[in-house]
Amino acid sequence: MSRFLKIALLATISISCSLPVLAGPLNIGREATSAEVLAWNIDVRPDGQGLPEGRGTVAWGEEVFAEKCASCHGDFGEGVDRWPVLAGGQGTLADEDPVKTIGSYWPYLSTVFDYVNRAMPFGEAQSLEADEVYAITAYILYLNDIVDDEEFELSKSNFMQHRLPNENGFFADPRLESPIAENKNACMKDCVPGVAKIVMRARTLDVTPDGEDNPSGGLN
Amino acid sequence: MAKLIDGTRNKLSSRRGFLKAGLALGGMAATTGAIAGEGDPAILEKKDWVQYTGDGVDARPYGTPSEFEEHVTRKNVAWLTADPVSSVNFTPLHELDGIITPNGLCFERHHAGIAEIDPAEHRLMINGLVEKELVFTMEDLMRFPRENRVYFLECAANTGMEWHGSQLNGCQFTHGMIHNVMYTGIPLKYLLEEAGLKTNAKWLLPEGADASGMTRSLPLAKALEDCLVAFKMNGEALRPEQGYPLRLVVPGWEGNMWIKWLRRIEVGDQPWHHREETAKYTDLMENGKARHFTWEMDAKSVITNPSPQAPLLHKSGHTVLSGIAWSGRGKVDRVDISLDGGRNWRPARIDGLSLDKSMHRFYYEFDWDGSPLLLQSRAIDSTGYIQPTRNELRAIRGTNSIYHNNGIQTWHVKSDGEVENVEVS
Repeated sequence: MSRFLKIALLATISISCSLPVLAGPLNIGREATSAEVLAWNIDVRPDGQGLPEGRGTVAWGEEVFAEKCASCHGDFGEGVDRWPVLAGGQGTLADEDPVKTIGSYWPYLSTVFDYVNRAMPFGEAQSLEADEVYAITAYILYLNDIVDDEEFELSKSNFMQHRLPNENGFFADPRLESPIAENKNACMKDCVPGVAKIVMRARTLDVTPDGEDNPSGGLN
Repeated sequence: MAKLIDGTRNKLSSRRGFLKAGLALGGMAATTGAIAGEGDPAILEKKDWVQYTGDGVDARPYGTPSEFEEHVTRKNVAWLTADPVSSVNFTPLHELDGIITPNGLCFERHHAGIAEIDPAEHRLMINGLVEKELVFTMEDLMRFPRENRVYFLECAANTGMEWHGSQLNGCQFTHGMIHNVMYTGIPLKYLLEEAGLKTNAKWLLPEGADASGMTRSLPLAKALEDCLVAFKMNGEALRPEQGYPLRLVVPGWEGNMWIKWLRRIEVGDQPWHHREETAKYTDLMENGKARHFTWEMDAKSVITNPSPQAPLLHKSGHTVLSGIAWSGRGKVDRVDISLDGGRNWRPARIDGLSLDKSMHRFYYEFDWDGSPLLLQSRAIDSTGYIQPTRNELRAIRGTNSIYHNNGIQTWHVKSDGEVENVEVS
């Protein structure tokens, strides 16, 4: 490559990567009204920020759950077909077949409130009143043996007193410190002793679409 | 044969059926290499398209692929999820070449189906720890400076069905939760600067307008570094299934964070720990503890041709092996190929554009003697990270972490050219 071309190429690369530096605000858009922010700002955090006023008991939550949730999740959060299981599974996370539920796996109760409030019931999202969300959340605590009184009432004021068992079950991404990331030696020759033997075939399971068997799913 | 030749004299109505039959015969001739009689009918027979005029320019105002490519589609694996409305389909990687994924073939992952949004009624709100909480219309957004970047988007669960061992026969299913397109969008930092970040701003919560109200916590540093708010893909408007009219682009990071139908970005001082970053998209280890905030996609590669859906039909002789490689931490510097299940490796040839956090295309040409092969590819990225074997990953991760399976894939090419998904010792 000629020197000129190299310089030209470098110039092109630097141009394509540099962004215009803006001198200041462009005065585009308009200020949101408080009603607009209120309408969309529904998220809830583990420290309780975002929780609306409201309250609901386990007993009422059971009724709401039976009407609006049980067709997918089952009366007791056991899950219908491949819809998510919400209760049970505590103590199974290190098993061969872990059962990940709100009681066994989710770290924060705020996550339950936020998710039910923004995305449930599936197909009719954001239709629940705040009281109903408190009641459903209370019932889920009950299903997971975290509260045991049907008259228990969950509200904005006592919400922070209730924690999920797996709150400390999570840790930060350590991948860059793993032996895999530290290996910088790509072997090229005689990397593994002996001739490679096939130890497993996809065909044995036969679950590729157009195949016949359907194992249980896991994505949802 | 005579009957088929007579068929060519019929009018256009029979053309499609004839072409299909002709293709099958032609395919047979090509694989056996035998030419009966005077020569190849594809040459000796006068074809319709040689003789008759075709569709005019008004027939296809928005072009679609040839009818002979109609098998090239995204495909679902029905047993994976409870309902296609909250599910995933897969990019047909074995039918594609180069690095750009056509818009209509980019895999889809929805959590509550496709939101169909009138852009005139779409708004983007920025609220929280900012000097001014702002609302933008689509027209407003078009007045910000924009940039064009090619990035891969890989679902964190791509290859997640292979943790316990070989499961699906086809790179479309084992590796097809990925696409690579050119985005046109606004650097997110411009929008944040417009609102004015408060000094305690550390995290963002982008939110979708779909019925799952998708949210993820995104560290501010990443947003300021290279995130885009995109409105075009490969030059045209985002497809509805890819977030029309607006989506977040989070280069190199797991696809779930690339919020589609983006309607709001909240600025905060701590993460929200919402459902998609706690119950989902966390990686369960053997001891029952789980990694969270595993955002980056590790270096990975797969041979797309041959693969179970794309066998080697020529039996032996000069052979082109092709595949893709990518890394969420930079460019792919090298891809190595093994024909013997990882015992010996040789460098493949990367061809075309090598861009940061983009798919790379590699080729390896060799003279196949027709004996069985155990094909593998291994990517090495610009940080020096070497794609691990599946067993190296399992030794650290166990088999229940679902996400971030970037282990080396093995294809067994049998002497008849058929290919199956296997694991080797």
